[in-house]
Amino acid sequence: MVREVDPPSIQKDFLLAALAEGKRLDGRIPLEQRKIEFIFGDELGNVECRIGKTAVLAQVSASIVKPRDDRPYEGFLMINSEIGPMASSIYENGRSSDSEVLITRLLEKSIRRTEAIDREALCILAGEKVWQLRLTLHFLSDSGNLLDCASMASMIALKHFRKPDVEVIGDEVIIHSPEERAPVPLAIHHTPLCLTFAYFENLPPILDPTHLESTLCAGTLTVTMNAQREICVLSKAGGTPLSAEDIMGVVRVGVDQVREMVKIMDQALEKDRESRVIEVQ
Amino acid sequence: MSSSRIEILNDGGLRHDARRPYELRSTSFQLNTHPTAEGSSTVTQGLTTVQVSIFGPREPRQRSQASHDKAIINVEVGVVPWAQGGGGIKRVRGDKRLQEIGASIRQTFEPVIMTHLYPRSEITINVQVLSADGGILPTSINATTLALISSGISILDYITSISIGLYLKQPLLDLSFLEEQDLPNLIISCLTNSNKITLAQMETRLHIDRFEEMLNLGLEACKVLKIEMELIVKEQTEKIVERMNVKSIISSNASGMNIDE
Repeated sequence: MVREVDPPSIQKDFLLAALAEGKRLDGRIPLEQRKIEFIFGDELGNVECRIGKTAVLAQVSASIVKPRDDRPYEGFLMINSEIGPMASSIYENGRSSDSEVLITRLLEKSIRRTEAIDREALCILAGEKVWQLRLTLHFLSDSGNLLDCASMASMIALKHFRKPDVEVIGDEVIIHSPEERAPVPLAIHHTPLCLTFAYFENLPPILDPTHLESTLCAGTLTVTMNAQREICVLSKAGGTPLSAEDIMGVVRVGVDQVREMVKIMDQALEKDRESRVIEVQ
Repeated sequence: MSSSRIEILNDGGLRHDARRPYELRSTSFQLNTHPTAEGSSTVTQGLTTVQVSIFGPREPRQRSQASHDKAIINVEVGVVPWAQGGGGIKRVRGDKRLQEIGASIRQTFEPVIMTHLYPRSEITINVQVLSADGGILPTSINATTLALISSGISILDYITSISIGLYLKQPLLDLSFLEEQDLPNLIISCLTNSNKITLAQMETRLHIDRFEEMLNLGLEACKVLKIEMELIVKEQTEKIVERMNVKSIISSNASGMNIDE
């Protein structure tokens, strides 16, 4: 594996000195996120999410498959997320590094295991036909905090996506093309979003670390939450030890932040919907 | 996967293995269970058994990975084929779950091992799960702490780890495999002296207020585990010290005889 060159110690000292004064190198305050931007593709379910210079493109597609025998009423959600060298030269094709495994696993846990998508609503004909959703993530550039960006991209793509309308008559299934009938949105239970905090020795946590900050930090904490004040996934491995109050403090900050992010997402979706013709009445 | 056939908590307030909610499974800690490792331990919690062996500090296998000012830590996690009958963990190399467990162990111990004392070297932590019945990660972390102590590598504090589940409104400690499948669970590991958390992992939805309760309960449980672990370590050390004394008595006797002559 290619090892990244460590940043020079003078840069490290500068960053730490600035943080000690509560300042960050890009002019943010400690608990501020970079600017979030969504770029909607031509197709439904194709959204690029940008946080600062980090960019992840999410693409949702659907196909019809046979369900598993033991779960005849459930559809599938597959998440493909392989980080290639396009994001950053430290990632290699075909070989997954530790950080890549963590990102993939966390995404899977936060979207699939928390049942963000109602999988039973993907059933067309019990035991015969169900929808299989495929969420493909393309990591376009890594400027720190890929995970948060990826989770946001995934959720907005799933919300943006619409599957073709189907009609079941007896055993026959008719799939209506989008020209014929307006496609229908997915049933989404809640919107789990990841928030990553970075810790430095003896300093308060910072939200949304940049690449430099995450290489120099003593550890990170990722919490996945939804707007209903629920923690979906919490992952803090190593780094500076924290007391229970510290963790609860971060979680409380997360609650408001996630609400804010969901609001931004909904606004972007609303704006996109106005510019697009999906439904013909 | 979830089998609702088992009763998590019955009318008498007992769990499926007749434990009370806050009761830990029976534990056994053994030190130095590996013949060639620098330090090793076998920890059994309930039906989960994990053996950890520490190799190093030694010359890094890959020179390019060495760091000039601190030791690097490698963690390898293996599960023996018979650890869990049937389903559960697949034993493929490069399994993402095992890789994740390995990464968690490494990140947990990196800030605790005083790596700056061993520059340009490598410490390999080899984790073998001998039987799995839930709580692989907590048991592995507990075993690693003991193995590090037995290897004599400098660490800052004991790290103990425990899983905490939640059934309705009742938190449960130290989950078995069946409970792990059905309940939201949180794994924490903490530095027992400073009461600070180094690792926290949770995978299922949970309301914030319940979370805080579980966190504090887990911290208490970690302290209990530490007391148990310290007991074993002290007992072991006492034995060694005793033997050293015997030796010094013999040598002083021998020298005394020399003077007499």
